[in-house]
Order: sequence, then structure tokens, then C-alpha cells
Amino acid sequence: MSLLTSLARLRALDERIAQPIATVRHCHLSERPMVLIPLRMSGEAAAPLAAMLGTRREDPRLLVVTQPRNRDLRFAWAADLAAELLPYIDGFLAGTETVERKNADPYERVLDAPQLLVPNQTGIAFIRLLGRSTRFRRADGPYPVPETVPLLGRWLTYFGERAAYPGSSLMAAATEELGRHWASGQSGLEDANLAALMAWITTGPSDDAEDPLVWPPAGPATDPGFDAEVLAPAIEAGAAERITEALRGQLEPTWRLMWQAVDLLRGLPEGASVAQRWEQDRGSFSAMAAHIAEGAPPQARRDGAVAAASRLARMERAQAAYEVQRAYDDPLVMAEYRLTGEAFAGEVVETEPEHSEGEGRSRKLRPLVVVKTDDPVRLAPGTALGTPQRRGQGAQLVEARDGLVTVKITKGMGRGKTPAPGSVPEVGERVCYTSLTDDFQGSPALPEAEATPWTHGGPPREYTPSDEDALEEWS
Amino acid sequence: MNRLDALRGTTPPKPHDARAIAALAANPGCARRALLDGAGIDKDATARHLGFPAPFGQSPFAITRGNAFEALVKADGCAELLRMLRELLELPVAEVAYHDVENVGAHLRHAHTRALFDRAARDEHDSGTIYDHPLLGLEIAGHIAYLEPDVVAFQLGGRFHIVEIKSFAVVDGQADPAAVAGAARQAAVYVLALRRMLRELGHDPLRVAHDVVLVCPENFANRPVATLVDVRRQLAVLERQLSRMTGLDRLVEGLPEELTFDLLPGEDGLPTRPAAELADALRRTTARYAPDCLSTCDLCFFCRDEARQEGACDLLGRQVRDELGGVASVEEALGLADGTRAPAEGQEEIARLLRNAERLRRECLA
Repeated sequence: MSLLTSLARLRALDERIAQPIATVRHCHLSERPMVLIPLRMSGEAAAPLAAMLGTRREDPRLLVVTQPRNRDLRFAWAADLAAELLPYIDGFLAGTETVERKNADPYERVLDAPQLLVPNQTGIAFIRLLGRSTRFRRADGPYPVPETVPLLGRWLTYFGERAAYPGSSLMAAATEELGRHWASGQSGLEDANLAALMAWITTGPSDDAEDPLVWPPAGPATDPGFDAEVLAPAIEAGAAERITEALRGQLEPTWRLMWQAVDLLRGLPEGASVAQRWEQDRGSFSAMAAHIAEGAPPQARRDGAVAAASRLARMERAQAAYEVQRAYDDPLVMAEYRLTGEAFAGEVVETEPEHSEGEGRSRKLRPLVVVKTDDPVRLAPGTALGTPQRRGQGAQLVEARDGLVTVKITKGMGRGKTPAPGSVPEVGERVCYTSLTDDFQGSPALPEAEATPWTHGGPPREYTPSDEDALEEWS
Repeated sequence: MNRLDALRGTTPPKPHDARAIAALAANPGCARRALLDGAGIDKDATARHLGFPAPFGQSPFAITRGNAFEALVKADGCAELLRMLRELLELPVAEVAYHDVENVGAHLRHAHTRALFDRAARDEHDSGTIYDHPLLGLEIAGHIAYLEPDVVAFQLGGRFHIVEIKSFAVVDGQADPAAVAGAARQAAVYVLALRRMLRELGHDPLRVAHDVVLVCPENFANRPVATLVDVRRQLAVLERQLSRMTGLDRLVEGLPEELTFDLLPGEDGLPTRPAAELADALRRTTARYAPDCLSTCDLCFFCRDEARQEGACDLLGRQVRDELGGVASVEEALGLADGTRAPAEGQEEIARLLRNAERLRRECLA
């Protein structure tokens, strides 16, 4: 968290209403998101209790395990969930586009991809565990489950893993996304409560948000009081109808909040780089679908050394790119860098568009721009700069003194003797320059999995699903 | 009557457990908590009476599951536990005995544990033994807290191991990091208590291993799996915090003579003390609220309410507080940001940053 966000939190606390910390939306928001609120049986790692889900706010589907300790009912619930989610996922596979690639075969990418919205980070963790507990099951053998169950497990695992990928929107937690756009007047810890965070953003803080009788928890954990006073007696009595209605009552308030959160996020204009990140999501989703269609085995329990290192490297690159893109898309995010002296903004007071360096054949056009700024610039002469106003352009800091910064444009002004029209800012234009650049970083050279060195455990054994996996207890 | 007992008054004392001590070490600067815990005051009952009941309860399902799992691990004289310990600690098969300390009366358990462990530490024969329900004592700010580790295993080579049984799952070798960290902090309290006891008995305290045995269900089944967890870091933190913890005597000295947090329980055990009066009494002590208290301290809602009334930056979390370095109240911070307040000595840098941040926010949101 930056000082800018801290200040927004202070302001929120003082004015008793959340303050914006973004001017555009930094996540993709599907036209038809699948809102999914899972509930877990208390005390169990991944025993499902219920889920409310659907793509239309007026039509939630409620799936309940009416006897949570019964293994068969649990798998039947997983099959019901699969019956809702798999057709939704499949619905996106029909429309594709062909993507040409350099040095590789073209591939098919879906035109649109599914998006799962869950209330919070713990919901995402639970979805991942649900995926883990179902993806190794088998439709044949001694403990057969419906064949959709392991398939659902693989998709849930995929969505769970993708959620950890910076900038991905395939599965998002409402509290996380809201928290990226608004600063409440409470701590980050308390922001994990969807009802509390929504109250801060919409009407102002309310203690009701912490009262489980008014706002039941958004899951996956249920309220201990509800467990003791309502759920336990109903389970004891074997009253399926009572259990279902009780859980509906616990889930409906969160269902309404989730759609309200969707409305709030939809109200923000989409950031310029969101489509680009969603394109990567679409590519990743298409690859996963192709993987499944080819009959590849379920995801291994753990990554091998090489796979883990390359996953980490991918995530680091995505994180770096995401941070840069957010700053370029959103002046309020860029302001954080201006505050620390890594960026500056101001008005152009002087230009020398035809300034050049070198003589004869090596003569190069290097337009100069002088910017008047109030920002504390902490960049050394020679620092490479980029600018959100002209994204393809490269520049270099020449000198910064007394609130006047001279910048030399080095790239993106055309090849002629004079700069291309519009490539050099005019006097009076407001511009921003930053040392933050989204330079392409190559992936680290990693050995093939078969060549994993002994220091990292040697080549990993290839994962083959075993009967033991399929039989794993789920109690 | 000593002053701490007077603070508690006629309300029966509530003993510390390891979780409370671990939490105490997490916020050692909180004088309110130190006093209440030191006096053995039931914070949960106090919070409820004040109208700020603690936000954490445990689901009956979680309790049942936890108990069932512990029973499974300890069934048949800890047979299942032994199987795992043999693998993990190379405990000799033949020599293992099982000793349930609970078989003696509760009031004798601490003395009995002491005697048993003294004998085990002296024993030349190094007989492997599992002690169920031992009771350890640990001095916290001048007062003894009694602690019950799940199991203590004593094995060949003269090492004691604390065994902690938890019902959170380890899935594919990974568990919830927060749950593991909590278990490690709690186990460190037992290790420390046992080490101090051995030292008092004249034995080498290092005979208590810093590796504790964490027993959890594996994957999605009820089958237990044991893992060694190194708690040296938690031990170091705990020892440092306990030694640094402001001596209770000094805290008590600063309090008015007649101050008490007595709930004045009536014949039915329900508090009869006017809640407003109790709240006033508590406000005479200084709390150090942080949002982390919300998951560890029964009084958290009361202290949060107090912080709200004071407009303290603490409400927003340690990160914000640290970033504002030295600016304690919301009003002060906003005053510096708006430029309506002149920075005090030492606040010039943060004031400049805040003013700059305010300028940038206004510009971007205009």
C-alpha cells in the first residue's frame, strides 16, 4: 500500500465513505459472469455444504449437500455443480479466431472466455481445494463418480491457479477487485468482509455488516452461531428441506451484494490495457480447453522443479507488466510513482522539435521537450522514460532542475528529418513521463523437465493417475 | 489481597492457555491486555458484558471434528501417534510406554508432570514414553499460567518432543500457512514452558527439541500425518517479548487504588456491575489496538470502538500507521495533508509527503 492509498483511507474514515483510488477499471468484467458463492462445512478441508451460482441475478441456482458427512451426496453435489458450470464453460468454446504466431504454428483462440466471480480470497482457495479433491476421481473402477466430476475438478483447479496470476480476470474475488478501486476507512483485514466493504463504498460504514444475523458471512466459512443453532439441529433431524431453506437464507444476502459489486465495477470505464490482458486470459483458457480435449492427464499434485520455476517466472513477469499497465492506464495509479519521484507530470513550456544529434550520416533527430512540473523528480540524467500519452514513444531525461525537466525523445517520432505530426507534444500540453516501462523481458532459460539437475531432485516422475488417487477418501 | 486479585475482584479467575500467551506475545505493548491476562480476568465475559462480544466462536462441527481427530490419534494408548513417531523420530519400538497424566487428580497434575519428567530426565535407561495430558507451568509477568500440550513424547537420546494435534488438513504436503504459523507459535509456548521446568529441575533445557511434531489430517481423509516443525524463530520471538513485557507490577502501580474490573457476579453467576462503570474502569488502562487484535483478543471490538472515538490511525492497520510514522490521529494527518496544520518537530518530512499526496489526489480526481 502506498502513502497515496493511506491518505485515501484516512479521508474515507473522516468522510465516512470510501474514496476512489482508481479512475478506470483495471479488471475485465464479462457480459455474462458466473457468480459463484461456495459454502464449506466447518472444520473440514474441502467438504462442500452449498453453493449459490448463476449468470443472471434474478435466477440464482442453489445446490445443497443436505447431509454433509455423506460421501455419495457430496459427489452428487459435485455432479450438480458440474452440470451448471461445464455447459457455461463449453458455451465459450464455439467461437474462435485463428492467431498467427512467429516461429510457431497458428492456434485457435476463443473470442470470449468464462469469468467466475467469488466473494473473497478464501472463496478462491476453497474452489482450488474443491478442484484438488475431485480432479483425480474416476468414472470407472471401485468407487465410480459421474464422469463430469473429474472434469469439473480439472477446470476448478485451472481457475484456481489462474486466479493467482497477476492481472488475470478469469476468476476474481469481489473484495479484491473492489479494494483495488476504492479505499475504505477500515483496515485491509476488515476489507475481506464483503458486506463491510460494500457498505463503505455505497452507504457508509455500518456495524450491521459484522452482525451475522443481518449479513451472514460471504463464505466459504459459515457463521458458528448459525451452525450451532440452525444447521446442526436441522442435520440432526435429517430435515433436508429445512437445511436447504436455511442455507438459502445464508446465501441470498451475499448473492445480492455480489451483483451490486458487479454494478459498481461496471460503472467504471475500462482501462486501456484490460483488453490486452483479457486476450491473454482467452489464450490461456483456449490452451487449457485444447489440453483437455487432447486427453491429457489431470494437473499433477505438485509442480516439478522446472515447471515451478517457469511458473514463478511467468507470474513475476505478469506482475511487473500489470503494475506498469495499471500506471499507464490510470493517472491516479501513476500518481503513486509521481509521489516517489519515479514519474512526473506537468505542462510543456518549450519544445525544440527539430533538435538533432550527431553530424552527417549519423545525424539523428532528437526532439527536446521542456516540462514544468510540481512533482519531486528523482531521476538521474540519462534515465530511459516512457509516457502514457504516446505509448510507443521512448525518451530520455536530459536534465531536471528547479521544476523544469528537459526530455529528449529517442523513439517513436518517425524517421524523417522532422518529427511525424503529433509525435512531439505542443507547448501547453499536459504530459507525464516515467521511468516505469513495460519492456519485454525474455523468459529465463530453463532446462527441459527431463534434464532437471540432481540439486532439484532430478527429472520428476511423470504423473500417471493411479487407482489410489481415485479412491482417496473424502471424509 | 494482592493488587492483581483486586483487579479481578470476586469474579473467578480464568487461566491462560498457550493460544492466549502466543497472542500476548504478538502485541506485547498492550497494557490493557497484559493487566487483564495477568489478573486472570475472563476477557470473553467482560467483552460480552460491555456489549462488545468477541467476533469469534467455534462451530460445533469444527469442535466435533477436532475432538474426533484427536481421539483417533490418541486411541489405544496413542497407537496411531506411535506409528508416526517411530517413523519420524526413530523412536525405538520396544521401549515405548504410555503414561496418561490425567489419571491423577487435576490439582496434582502439575506436580505429577514435574515429578514424571524429572524422573525421565534422570533415567539412565532412556525409556521411550508418551505422556498424555501433561500440565506445564509458565511464569508470565510474575504469574504462573498452566498449560496443557496435547502430548509430550520422550525418546531415545534423551530428547523431549512436544506433539501438537491440529485438525486442519495438509493437502499434498501443504497446509494453510496461517494455521501452521498459529500452531507453531502455540507449540513454542509449550517448548519454552518445558525447557524452563527442566532448567528448574537442574536438567539441560535443550533436551526439549526445538522441532515440534505437528499432527494433522492428510489430504481430505481423517488419516493423520506427522510433520516436524522447527519453532526456533517463534521461540526467540516469544522469549524476547516475554522478557520485554512491561512488568505487571509497574503497570499496577500506575493505576488508581480503588480500580477494579470486577464483574460482580450475582448468585446466578451473571455480572451485576453496571457496564458503563466497567467500561470507564477499563479506559483507565492503555490499549494498543491493531486490526490483528480482531482475530486474537476477546476485547477487540471494545478497543476498536475506543480507537474510533479517538480517531486513531491504528484503525487502518499497522502498515498505514507505519507509513504515517509518528502521526497518531486521523485529524492530525489530514490537517498536515491539507496544510491547515503546521508540522510539529520531526514531522516535516511526513507532512511534505502528505501535502504532495493530497495535491496529486486532487489533481487526478478533479
